[in-house]
Amino acid sequence: MKSKTFLSAMFGFYIFLFFAYLFAPIIVMAITAFNTPNYPQAYPFEGFTLEWFTKLYNDRAMMEGLQNSFVIGFCVVALTVPIGLAASIVMTQIYRRARGLYYLVTISPLLTPGVIIGISTVIFWKDMLSVNDITKATFYHGMVLATLGQASFISAYCMLIFMARLARFDRAQEEAALDLGASHPQVFWHILLPFMKPALLAAIVIAFLASFENYNTTTFAILADSTLVTVLAGQVRQGTTPALSALGVIIISLSLVGATTYEVLKRREQRQVGQAQQLAKTAERSEVAM
Amino acid sequence: MSSREVTILVPFMVIAVCWAMARWETRRFHDASEKSFFERNGRALGLTFIALVGFWVVVLVALPYLYMVVESFHPTLRPTDRGGSNDTLTFAQYKSFAKEPTGNGYNTTHMTALAFSLLASVTVTVINLCICYPLAYYMAQVGTPARIRLITLGLVAPYWVNEILRMFSLRLLLATGGLINSLLIAAGIIESPIDFIGMNVGLYVGLSYAYLLVMIFPLYNALESLDKNQIEAARDLGAPWWRIHKDVVIPYAKPGFASGCTMVFMFSAGALAAPQFLGGPHTLWFTSVIYNFFFQAFNWPRGSAYAFILLAVCIALVMLMLRLFKVSLGETTK
Repeated sequence: MKSKTFLSAMFGFYIFLFFAYLFAPIIVMAITAFNTPNYPQAYPFEGFTLEWFTKLYNDRAMMEGLQNSFVIGFCVVALTVPIGLAASIVMTQIYRRARGLYYLVTISPLLTPGVIIGISTVIFWKDMLSVNDITKATFYHGMVLATLGQASFISAYCMLIFMARLARFDRAQEEAALDLGASHPQVFWHILLPFMKPALLAAIVIAFLASFENYNTTTFAILADSTLVTVLAGQVRQGTTPALSALGVIIISLSLVGATTYEVLKRREQRQVGQAQQLAKTAERSEVAM
Repeated sequence: MSSREVTILVPFMVIAVCWAMARWETRRFHDASEKSFFERNGRALGLTFIALVGFWVVVLVALPYLYMVVESFHPTLRPTDRGGSNDTLTFAQYKSFAKEPTGNGYNTTHMTALAFSLLASVTVTVINLCICYPLAYYMAQVGTPARIRLITLGLVAPYWVNEILRMFSLRLLLATGGLINSLLIAAGIIESPIDFIGMNVGLYVGLSYAYLLVMIFPLYNALESLDKNQIEAARDLGAPWWRIHKDVVIPYAKPGFASGCTMVFMFSAGALAAPQFLGGPHTLWFTSVIYNFFFQAFNWPRGSAYAFILLAVCIALVMLMLRLFKVSLGETTK
């Protein structure tokens, strides 16, 4: 019995260490964002300041990068969510001898190092777009290439999300609608898409976040343009300033707000579902009693 | 026709072969109950699906990869000479990995860089496996649902901050003027700061930190479906706790171990941010070598060759490991 308490104490200590490892860097960064010295310093704490936040706001390059990140993120979502959906549907219907190859090709961008995706994107599109001056002038830009490079592996994320949901889809619903005279597009819009809604939302969020914070692929594909992450990387390489910590604090706060609202909404929804079930149960019981 | 143009035809030829096979098979063994693709989806939707998937699979994935491989078999030329008479197929870029083209000796710098990257990635994989396994086991078998929810939230929260800022925050901890050193000095334990970054401690910590979740969730998934009764039975039969893990839990969760390890290894070997920001000044990571060929030497064919070498070696190593631990590739992707 004694060894058991010893074991659980050891385990508690391990959990503590694990989460200390996870959170220590973030907490330290948050402290440096409010400390006065020029170099991001957590200890000793010399004085409280908000100077680094204003400095961040006035950083031209950073704001431009942020804007580009948003544009690329939206384009990537617009491209990858339809591709992922189509790819997951094709996965269930493709010629069975080609399915293995198809699966391998669609899943390969997930395991290929991002660096290689970035390089291959640049090399390929540089030659493709150099066929004439017009295509080169209009499309050979970092923003376009970054979108294409990111889309190549983010589509695979989306596909996997949709495949998980599609596995639970009952094809009989589709058959029934077709038998009742619905057209194929109608079945798609009114039956399949509503069924896929949770997966669609998940795919949109994940695709945007994956695009927003991608570094490995983007740093190659972005050419002369910039995204928030590449600007950040440049600044970290040159040296460190507490303004970066300030940015970290902003990102953490935004995520916390987002996560809390999500949690609250989910709880409320669950409670409503629970209440509805309770109501149905009492109604059923009273009916039986009658 | 140049080699590059031939490459572009390859995916289309593969598709044509598959399509012909499918046609032949349906004609040969016709099954009236089975509907064709367009009968199932309608013409407009069917065409949209094919266009989207074709764009992704052929134009975004297959063609760029093939094109990069072909590029690596071309000589290094000035942009104006590309596609000219000098632009013939060659192994020069691959030879340059073994032997420096300018000198006579072996290209030890780059070979060491590759060996070091692979070794360090394996080390990181092992470290992550060791520190993640107990927690994954706890989440899957011991913890209450409420506590698991809390732990999951705690695990995911630090990863909302993006990769670069995470590396930056680790540097704030580990740098010579960082928190750990200033606390140790203030406590009187050491007199002069320890150079964690120069010793590559930063590199290992950064890589391990970056890919913790990639290890923990596959492990959790695999462990979750293990029947608690099996553990109970082993315990009732008098097995000590370490035997239960060695003989019951670990064999069961092997596919999860394999997929977690594969991903952590592949991501670490292909990492760019951690070695750039947390690696020691004398440490050469292989992806950084590739990066330099692209941005400093502007030698794209050689960079492509190196990228292909990295990919091939990584895949070979993963396959070897899977074979060694007797896990099939199909199991890991589940």
